[in-house]
Amino acid sequence: MKSATGSHTGTGTWLLQRATAVVLALALPGLAMYFLTALPVDFAGWQALFAPLWLRVLMLLMAAALALHAWVGMRDIFMDYAHPTVLRLTLHLAVILTLAGSLAWLAAILFGTAWSAA
Amino acid sequence: MKFRLYRYSPESGEKPFMQDVELDIEPAGKMLLDALLAIKAQDETLSLRRSCREGVCGSDAVNVNGKNRLACITPLSELKEPIEVRPLPGLPVIRDLIVDMEPFYKQYRSIKPWLINDEPEPEVERLQSPADRALLDGAYECILCACCTTSCPSFWWNPDTFVGPAGLLQAYRFIADSRDEATAARLDNLEDPYRLYRCRGIMNCVDACPKGLNPTAAIGRIKSLLVKRRV
Repeated sequence: MKSATGSHTGTGTWLLQRATAVVLALALPGLAMYFLTALPVDFAGWQALFAPLWLRVLMLLMAAALALHAWVGMRDIFMDYAHPTVLRLTLHLAVILTLAGSLAWLAAILFGTAWSAA
Repeated sequence: MKFRLYRYSPESGEKPFMQDVELDIEPAGKMLLDALLAIKAQDETLSLRRSCREGVCGSDAVNVNGKNRLACITPLSELKEPIEVRPLPGLPVIRDLIVDMEPFYKQYRSIKPWLINDEPEPEVERLQSPADRALLDGAYECILCACCTTSCPSFWWNPDTFVGPAGLLQAYRFIADSRDEATAARLDNLEDPYRLYRCRGIMNCVDACPKGLNPTAAIGRIKSLLVKRRV
């Protein structure tokens, strides 16, 4: 029997998921408060809420943390349930594209022309 | 008392089925194993493993009303009727309540469950301080009954690549041992998305362990050591 060895990876990914979980747990309630206390708001009100640069940077960092957290979680699910390599690679790619695309879209919304005009 | 037993005989060509059995037995002071042996006395085709009948050998682990436990230390009076007895989940069934433990033992072997120390042997034993010895408490008592590993969904999905709670608890037992010199190699052996990191803290293992051990905590300590080594 060949003796089993580890691939010397996995600790970083696990740590990443833990770290992003902490970031999300700290930032989400704060952001929720920020928006909930301002309700109800009209279009101009929403624009004013998103005007501060720090808020938009925080939103983007949060979304990045969420995307990384979700990536590790989805990868774990695929490792458990999707065993054929072709299927797993396809699913990995789909998740990466979805998450990276959503993140880029959010960046475009947060830092797009609407703000430079305002 | 009413029982429902998982029956499977490979020679019969029939699919496994649940057999209803009535047994005249007074539950007070008796264990599930007593009942199973009484049923076997009526119908000798019922196959099961057992040896010490006192929760030390770990050979009569079965799934009782959905939970993995040792038949010999499970009081009959505690169980809801009909008492459903199945083989351990996640391992190939050989016959009735007997499973093939090889996938479990293979993972256990892979963590090298023996003391590795190449120093010349001292004249007396290799001594440990009481504090170092205390680190092994909760890690050395495992009887390898497989109740924990076969209750772990991560092991069900990846039995060939995930070491499982019992194997990881034993791995920690040697990592924590002050007399063992192979700590770095043991950590190398475990640092892997499959071998160690399939554990996601479901904690079925803690719920199932008939010896009251906590494999999840041991796995957490292994992860802490890997993080400490890395950052």
